[in-house]
Amino acid sequence: MKLYNGGKIITGLVIFLCVFLAPFAYNAGKAAYSQPKVQLPKDEKECIESKEYMRTNHMKLLNQWRDWALRDGKRVYVNSKGKSFEISLQNTCMKCHPNKAEFCDKCHNDAAVSPYCWDCHYQPDGGLKK
Amino acid sequence: MNQTRRNFLKFLGLAAAGVCTATAGRALAVSVGAKAEPEAGPQALSAKRWGMVIDTKKVGTKEAIDVLAKACHSVHNVPDIPGNQNIKWIWAAGFEQAFDQPNDFLDEDVKKRQFPLLCNHCSNPPCVRACPTQATFKRPDGIVAMDYHRCIGCRFCMAACPFGARSFNFMDPRKHIDPAAVNKEFPTRMRGVVEKCTFCVERLAKGKQPACVEASNGAVAFGDLADANSEVRKLLREHYTIRRKPSLGTEPSVYYII
Amino acid sequence: MLEKALKGSPKYYLWIGFLLVVMAGASSAYLGQLMNGLTITGMSRDVSWGFYISQFTYLVGLAASGVMIVLPYYFHHYKQFKDLVIFGEFMAIAAIAMCLGFIVVDLGQPQRMLNVMLFPTPHSMLFWDMIVLCGYLALNILVGWTCLECDRQHLPHPKWTKVLAYISVIWAFSIHTVTAFLMQGLPSRHYWLTAILAGRFLASAFCSGPSILLLVILLTEKVTTFKANVDGVRTLAKIITYAMCVNVFFFLCEVFTSFYSSIPEHKNPLVYLFSGLDGHAELVPFMWVAAVFGLGCLALLIPPKLRDNRHLLPWSLAVLIIATWIDKGLALLIGGFNPTPFDTITPYWPTAKELTVALMIYSLGALVVTVLFKVATEVKHEVGASQKPDSDTAVPEA
Repeated sequence: MKLYNGGKIITGLVIFLCVFLAPFAYNAGKAAYSQPKVQLPKDEKECIESKEYMRTNHMKLLNQWRDWALRDGKRVYVNSKGKSFEISLQNTCMKCHPNKAEFCDKCHNDAAVSPYCWDCHYQPDGGLKK
Repeated sequence: MNQTRRNFLKFLGLAAAGVCTATAGRALAVSVGAKAEPEAGPQALSAKRWGMVIDTKKVGTKEAIDVLAKACHSVHNVPDIPGNQNIKWIWAAGFEQAFDQPNDFLDEDVKKRQFPLLCNHCSNPPCVRACPTQATFKRPDGIVAMDYHRCIGCRFCMAACPFGARSFNFMDPRKHIDPAAVNKEFPTRMRGVVEKCTFCVERLAKGKQPACVEASNGAVAFGDLADANSEVRKLLREHYTIRRKPSLGTEPSVYYII
Repeated sequence: MLEKALKGSPKYYLWIGFLLVVMAGASSAYLGQLMNGLTITGMSRDVSWGFYISQFTYLVGLAASGVMIVLPYYFHHYKQFKDLVIFGEFMAIAAIAMCLGFIVVDLGQPQRMLNVMLFPTPHSMLFWDMIVLCGYLALNILVGWTCLECDRQHLPHPKWTKVLAYISVIWAFSIHTVTAFLMQGLPSRHYWLTAILAGRFLASAFCSGPSILLLVILLTEKVTTFKANVDGVRTLAKIITYAMCVNVFFFLCEVFTSFYSSIPEHKNPLVYLFSGLDGHAELVPFMWVAAVFGLGCLALLIPPKLRDNRHLLPWSLAVLIIATWIDKGLALLIGGFNPTPFDTITPYWPTAKELTVALMIYSLGALVVTVLFKVATEVKHEVGASQKPDSDTAVPEA
């Protein structure tokens, strides 16, 4: 069997592999990823739902909250334990988590996501910053 | 086997399409799994059709209307932008600008009078008809509301509104909001979305009257137009009122006592 | 076939390079708009649509105009258009690319534009406009490309392309009708609120669109071995003439209704445009140029002797294009927003940055046209269809 254009193909493959493996090379030797330490509220022990639920589902919950409050006009959330909360990112979530930089950004930066919540919503500790 | 490049590429394409659909399907299948249902809340005010009656004899000057505008704009973080890319939810205008009833021999009083203009929360809103994403929509209680999260900024609603009630955020509004005066309970808007008066839905949900009504010293009444015993219906029975451009059939919910 | 666009003369490369440079340079203005918002435009609270949407409107006409070649060819078997059909279809592709571009740059939140599909809203005309534009784009790519490929391989066109071509004829009318419906259904925009707007749009499209197409084809003749069928060109010029007559007639109907009824709301936009209102007369010179040019091009196009004069024709077409562009690509939008809902005048004029963003999209369109026309003319050359008599074709026609 003869490999036509072998030189070009192999060079191409090598370049592809280099690019493909670059992220591994970049991270080689660095410490393993550890979950960021977020600033938790001092005087409140429980969030509206369990920590695990909030960690995985807060974005979906917020999406639903937005539709319930804005579109359906229902602004009170009754959680799985029967406790009621005002449906409001700004007036409920941010009351306990006033510092976006020390709470929201910690994970969002690691996950490389930048939700646009604070283009409109006010940060108690950061003011009109985004 | 007839393994041509064409067949190989076809296979590859099909496989890629399959993977995409499977992933998309899985993503769609995962629902939020909400454990709880929302409620309107005990203090929330409700109505079949919210409406407003403005006694222009009582609030008929620029100064008086500016008080309403200030109350509204400060509670909703409406920026103060100079020039014609400005944003306003409620403002003052003369009779000829407000109503399409030109009259060369208007009485002196009405000629001088100013009228507060705002979104009419029409029963048959052309803006809602035009919006391609349902970012502006009519709630069951008649309020024409805005979902700024969904607005794509096409400004179709502005072209559709016969009352000039809508404003577009041509720039980042936060540059024109005094950080010291900001209402921390209410969001600002972002660049590139349309905004307007919302009849203070967020205040109604907490049992409060709209900000302009509260600031008007009784000159502006707010209530359920569908309830014959409401204060607004009482006012409409007792006074001659007009609405803006009624011939267009949009059915405004804001009435003016002349 | 796309490889045909990769091989060309130095002049061809120079032109492509020039367009790419213009696009890259002009895109800095768009970046500025993305960072700072639409405040960089001349639009305002009162005139909330401007140059972008008016260019969109004008170019939908260009997209629809291909039908003036496709319809006679497919419905009436007018063989003289055989080798022109592909240019009509390819021009439509470029025009829709520009239309979509102008819509995207007009959005305040372009990253959310897919919301139109995520939340389909049948009562919004913009939703339907998205559907008809995307559909028309797909139809033209599919039919144009397949037929050209078959021509190249000396194969008959597959049956389904004919079915799709029939559909695309109807579809072409629909794209411009729906674009008119965007505007003519809005209460209180009295310049648009008229049942004849869709008709005016189509008439204007069917004269201005084929004019632009014909100019580009005449230019193509200059730079390639392609030679358009002489009878075909004459027929197209005739179609343009008829459409312009209808266009002028519809406009005069509008003028009559407005002024004879004398209803201020109907009259005032025209008064503002042609003679000024409330001390504002920004568009008056443009409107009179449009009026003079509109009648002037008819004087140049109606007499057969002048119309069939190949040296005069490009000038007549250019005059027609200027007249229709001022009418539809500039004044239509401004007249729709003025007088404002408060019966006042808010003047609008595009800013330099706004025009630069528009230039970016026009260059994109020129690039698409160049590449597609290059492919088409190369294929025509290869199979020896509609070639200049002295050109040496690679494969003589069988």
